[in-house]
Amino acid sequence: MNDSPARLPLRTAAAVRLGNMSSKLSQKMGLGAGGMIGGRIALKLDPQALARLTQGRTVAVVTGTNGKTTSTMMLARAVSALGEVATNHSGANMPDGHVTALSKQPDAPYAVLECDEGYFPAVAGASGPKVAMLLNLSRDQLDRVGEVRTIERSLRTAINALEGTTIVANCDDVMVTSAAYDAKNVVWVATGTGWHQDSASCPRCGDPIRWSGEDWHCTGCDLKRPRPQWVTADNALITPDGTKVELGLRLPGKFNQANAVMATAAAHAVGVPVDEAVRRLRGVSNVSGRYRTIQRNGRSARLLLSKNPAGWSETLTVVREADHPAVLVINAQEADGRDLSWLWDVPFEKLQGRTVIASGERATDLAVRLTYAEVEHTIVPDPLKAIDQMPQGDVEVIANYTAFRDLNARAAADE
Amino acid sequence: MSESTVQIALVLPDLLGTYGDFGNAVVLEKRMTWRGIKAEIVPVMFGEPVPDSCDIYVVGGGEDTAQTLAVKHLREHPGLQRAVTKNAVVLGVCAGIQIFGESFTRADNVTHPGMGLIDSTSHAGGSRAIGEVLATPANNLFEGVLTGFENHQGRTVLGPAAQPLAHVKVGTGNDGSVEGAVQGRIVCTYLHGPVLPRNPQLADLLIEWATGTKPAPLDLPAVTRLRNERQRAAS
Repeated sequence: MNDSPARLPLRTAAAVRLGNMSSKLSQKMGLGAGGMIGGRIALKLDPQALARLTQGRTVAVVTGTNGKTTSTMMLARAVSALGEVATNHSGANMPDGHVTALSKQPDAPYAVLECDEGYFPAVAGASGPKVAMLLNLSRDQLDRVGEVRTIERSLRTAINALEGTTIVANCDDVMVTSAAYDAKNVVWVATGTGWHQDSASCPRCGDPIRWSGEDWHCTGCDLKRPRPQWVTADNALITPDGTKVELGLRLPGKFNQANAVMATAAAHAVGVPVDEAVRRLRGVSNVSGRYRTIQRNGRSARLLLSKNPAGWSETLTVVREADHPAVLVINAQEADGRDLSWLWDVPFEKLQGRTVIASGERATDLAVRLTYAEVEHTIVPDPLKAIDQMPQGDVEVIANYTAFRDLNARAAADE
Repeated sequence: MSESTVQIALVLPDLLGTYGDFGNAVVLEKRMTWRGIKAEIVPVMFGEPVPDSCDIYVVGGGEDTAQTLAVKHLREHPGLQRAVTKNAVVLGVCAGIQIFGESFTRADNVTHPGMGLIDSTSHAGGSRAIGEVLATPANNLFEGVLTGFENHQGRTVLGPAAQPLAHVKVGTGNDGSVEGAVQGRIVCTYLHGPVLPRNPQLADLLIEWATGTKPAPLDLPAVTRLRNERQRAAS
């Protein structure tokens, strides 16, 4: 299992060297974090770079709508018990990001790659992963990414074409289950989380899906919830042999427990003992700035990222646990999706009675949503000013993609 | 449930809820409740019969597969069609405008029968229309500009029995010239946003039709601010 990566052909090696140089140049010139540009250049010079750079390594690919970055970091930490791991950070989750990450650690025998759902077929095809982890599938930026059902079908086709890959899949998500249902080797994980709004009808035959408790089945075909080998319990996981292991995570929320159980199951499939995997991923506390706390003028603001209705619904359950004031930050740039209709799919009603500020470039759209949710609020478009206007003490800040990215960069610059 | 409660049927939100159009039902409910008119939302889920006793029906947008399933379901359980003969008020958004018509033809050239509630036919256009829309209400139906966000490939042609909802200033709508349809008490539009939070005058028109009384003015500063922002962004 510990083969060292194959020697790179001359063309790939040259492409990688030029790519790495441009990453550094991009960082020096302040153009970006250099997470993608190097890979983009290497791929232009050698389109086979991804296949060549993963050859001889043990690869795990992580995909899904929500939780990719966190799960990838958890899995990378767990797999590092076996040896050096190359992994892509900060959401650079397309092939150029993968090539950049792999080029930077040419000798790492393991690779854990976060992968955008749309690129999964290409990346899995090129890298022949030992493990592929499917977290969840729900609507996300409809004007940009496309329909959930189209993505499910392309994942299903790609998975069925893989040989020798163990699929680690969330059986509480109908779309994920359908995508992995025909695969030869599947490890099913009950995560206890699922966004049901996109799966009223079967992705395979169109008939209604019926739920009873956690169980579900299609009324028209044989698709049904598989029996899980791994189960997410309250702050714990249950292994296939029935052992209960406490999680004790530093990250908040049920969805992070789900991410941790998925990562542990995947790490186990790579060869990491369960206790060792849990011990390592327990230490994850800050994922590319997510969940980190910034101090400003007596306010202690925890930054949370949520990108789509399923993500926001999960995050609001974390916020609800503590009665802290909340700053909600919404942008609608290209990378966020320009259509904000999804704000109406998020149960903001849960914030009634709390001190809330609507912020971001599209604070007004959010304000209208909060008005109809009968949540009292004020509008302060600049999120840092919004934090400063809150009472001293703990503040929860939830932001969508570009809003979070910009806020995180400004907060880091202030520190 | 008292006789005087205005019932708003939210039709197949599990199939046609992809674009947040659930918000249209919330806006109708709140704008009535805040004015002392009893109102409630009645969700009608996929696989359940469709009641014919509601006062207002709200139908949202959905993905292609979901839209085909929805029209099949609504033809098998024709409660909405019966309600229309009893003068119910109907709002159809995006997929709504297509399935309410006589037929809709997909990009694969397969023509599906519609519900025949609106004198219109729809077909797939060459390119997807995505972006902010501004339109002037037709026939002085309500005041102020109609604003929304469109994201659709369908193009719709109205027959003589249907009137356009508005004339397009920015964006595409049905065909680049007119937007939506009005026939009796059925209003259709391609606009999300959702459409009623952004256009309270249209929400109040539907409420007036359902209750028979013009509702009292309701000033929501955030809504006014949003309308101004979106108009500036679109023009």
